[in-house]
Amino acid sequence: MRITVASGKGGTGKTTVATNLALALADEHPIQFLDCDVEEPNAHIFLKPEIEHRESVEKLLPKVDEELCTRCGECAEACEFNAIAVIGKKVLVYNDLCHGCGLCKMVCPVGAISEVPHELGVIEKGKARGFPFSHGLLNIGEAMATPIIHELKAGIDPEALVILDAPPGTGCPTIAAIQGADIALLVTEPTPFGLHDLRAAVGVARSLEVPIGVIINRDGIGDDRVERYCAEEGIPIVLKVPFDREIARFYSRGIPLVDVIPEWKERFLSLYETLSGRLAGDRAEDAMLEEGGEK
Amino acid sequence: MRLCITAKGPSLDDDIDPSFGRAAYFLFHDPDTGELKAVPNSPGAHGAGVQAAGIVAENGADAVITGSVGPNAYQGLVAAGVEIYVGASGTAADAIAAYIEGKLSRADRPSGKGHGR
Repeated sequence: MRITVASGKGGTGKTTVATNLALALADEHPIQFLDCDVEEPNAHIFLKPEIEHRESVEKLLPKVDEELCTRCGECAEACEFNAIAVIGKKVLVYNDLCHGCGLCKMVCPVGAISEVPHELGVIEKGKARGFPFSHGLLNIGEAMATPIIHELKAGIDPEALVILDAPPGTGCPTIAAIQGADIALLVTEPTPFGLHDLRAAVGVARSLEVPIGVIINRDGIGDDRVERYCAEEGIPIVLKVPFDREIARFYSRGIPLVDVIPEWKERFLSLYETLSGRLAGDRAEDAMLEEGGEK
Repeated sequence: MRLCITAKGPSLDDDIDPSFGRAAYFLFHDPDTGELKAVPNSPGAHGAGVQAAGIVAENGADAVITGSVGPNAYQGLVAAGVEIYVGASGTAADAIAAYIEGKLSRADRPSGKGHGR
């Protein structure tokens, strides 16, 4: 099972939820934790992993042999991202725009394009409290986070209960972290900002056909519009975390809630029971629908 | 002298569109002959500045008159040997007048961060 913890808005409490869920379940389940927020990974602050190895993540950038190149422009024509341009006698390659797909090399009629590796960042793997932990780190100045997230996901153990801490937002990196999940837990806060960005995140999860559960953090501030929205849309609110000084105090010291407040461990355990029960229910329903369809 | 002015519409009476890469129209204009060619822009999701620089290069221009150019567009326009004048405002005709009077500043580096910023 794969659970991605995501949010449209930043700073809603994704990492709080992801790390506490992992720690609450670690005694009874084979947890694997992936921090996919490669621009600003911070789950390690709470999980304190021992990093055992580090590997580079690269993309392939086109390199043009100016002698062979006829300036025909087919590469530029083919590139969806405008990452290569033929202007006058010059061929320009834009590193930040290049997605490393290699199409320019394929379409070049004279074989003037070769590919050179370019480091985007690194992934680090290790163990936190006995379970496998990995996170990615995008190099400063690089714009493309998704290849690092794909590399992290390539290390997923199919037998594990995988918890992915997604980057905030609704763009490519968030999509990469949600894609393939069994459920997306969307963390929000009960404010107009929270609701606005929750709607966007719901749109992403729905278009990826990933079931959604909403978690309201800092419950008690703001208003009830998030709850009304979820009711209208038929989206279950699976957990509420109150706006509470004690919780904030532990958080600010990097101490996971489940380590110090036993009732939070119970709450995260029952959250998991709710999710797995709901998913099993959905699967049973799907199976019945399929059977019905065959008749 | 062939100019390229970024505008919100296809005529010289239309306002300047300040974002080079995502401008609605490129107006290719020769103030000496009065020739005017309006090329509509259809930028893709990525690399609008690069694409726009390509359009300018294809149509040929000695100078671009716009609000701001980002780093990718700047690099493309320099490769094309086009002079870049930024900070234009008002209608395209106003901007041309300002250019002729020497009131626009010539950019020797990107004037924005890309994405119209």
